[in-house]
Amino acid sequence: MTIPKERHVLVIFPHPDDEAFGVSGTITTHIQQGTPVTYACLTLGEMGRNLGNPPFATRESLPAIRKKELLASAEAMGLTDLRMMGLRDKTLEFEDDEKMVRMMEELIEETNPSLIITFYPDFAVHPDHEATARAVVRAVRRMTDRPKLHCVAFANNTLDVLGEPDIVYNIKPVREHKMNSMKAHISQTAWMLEEMEHKLQNGDTETENWLTLERFYTYRWDQDFE
Amino acid sequence: MELVEVNQLQAAIDSFVGKDVYLHLETTNGSYASHFNEGFFNAGAFIRNVVINFELGKVVGDSPHRVGLKLPQGWVYAQGITHFEIDEEGRLLLAGHDGTGKLAVALQLSETPFSY
Repeated sequence: MTIPKERHVLVIFPHPDDEAFGVSGTITTHIQQGTPVTYACLTLGEMGRNLGNPPFATRESLPAIRKKELLASAEAMGLTDLRMMGLRDKTLEFEDDEKMVRMMEELIEETNPSLIITFYPDFAVHPDHEATARAVVRAVRRMTDRPKLHCVAFANNTLDVLGEPDIVYNIKPVREHKMNSMKAHISQTAWMLEEMEHKLQNGDTETENWLTLERFYTYRWDQDFE
Repeated sequence: MELVEVNQLQAAIDSFVGKDVYLHLETTNGSYASHFNEGFFNAGAFIRNVVINFELGKVVGDSPHRVGLKLPQGWVYAQGITHFEIDEEGRLLLAGHDGTGKLAVALQLSETPFSY
C-alpha cells in the first residue's frame, strides 16, 4: 500500500514517543513526499515512570528531558511544525471536554488537513490516548467536509472487535528515520529498544514486521463510539 | 538522586517543619498495568501543589523507607521510598523506584509551587 500525497497531515497524540512507534515512518514518508505535517503533542509526558535505578532524572527534571527528546524525534523525521500544547500528562480525561474539542478544532481550522492521525477511541489503552481520541473524533464529527481520519488501535481486543486494519504501510524505505525517532526518546525506550535490536539481530520476522508495517484503522463513522 | 541516607533525609525533612509548603504526592502502577497484565487492579493517587504545614516529619524503616508527616489535623505518608535529592531549587524530592527503574511513589516538598 503506497502512501498517497496529502494536502496537509495533522498528527495529534498526547505523549512524546506516541508518534515514534506506530507512526514515525508514515510521518517521515509524508514529509519526504513534500506533504506538510503538523504534530501536536499535548503533554510532555511529565508522569513518565522510567526514571532509572540508579535514577537519571527526577519527577521535576523529566519534562525538560522529554521535551529535548521530542525535538530530536521531530528532527529525525524531518518534521518542522511541532506544537507542544502544554497540558499535563495523565490529566487529559479530567479537562473540560469542550475545551479539549475546541483545542482540536483550532488546530484543524489552522492547518486545514486532508488527513488527521490520532488514536482510535476505546482501543487506545492509556486514559490520555482515549481522551485525545475522543476530542479529535468529536471535533471532526462536527465538520461538514471531514478530512480522512486514520486511527492507531492497540488494545488487546482490537483484532477481535475491529478486525484487521484497513491501512497498512510498509515504511521500510525510511526505516532508519523511524529507528532514530524511537532512539530519540531514549529515556523511555532504552530497555524496549535493546530487546527489539536483540530480536532483529536474530532475524525475528515478527519484530521486523512490527517495526516496518504501520497500521491504521479508518475511523468508522457508521459505528461512532458515542 | 541518591539512595536514602536516613540522617541526611531526616535533616532535610526537619527543615520544612512549620512552613507552608507545596506538596506533590503520587503513587502509580503505570497506565499500562492492566494492558500487560489483564485483570490487574490498577490503583494510584496523585496530589500536586496542595499547601500543607506539618509539625513533625519522620523517615522510618530500612530501605525502602516510609516517610510520614504529622499535620495539626491530619497526616501525609508514603511508603516505598528509595531515593532522595535536594534539587537546585531547594526542593526535597523523594521517590521509590522499583528494580527496573520505574517510579512507584513520589513525595516532594517545596516552598514555591511546582510547575503546572
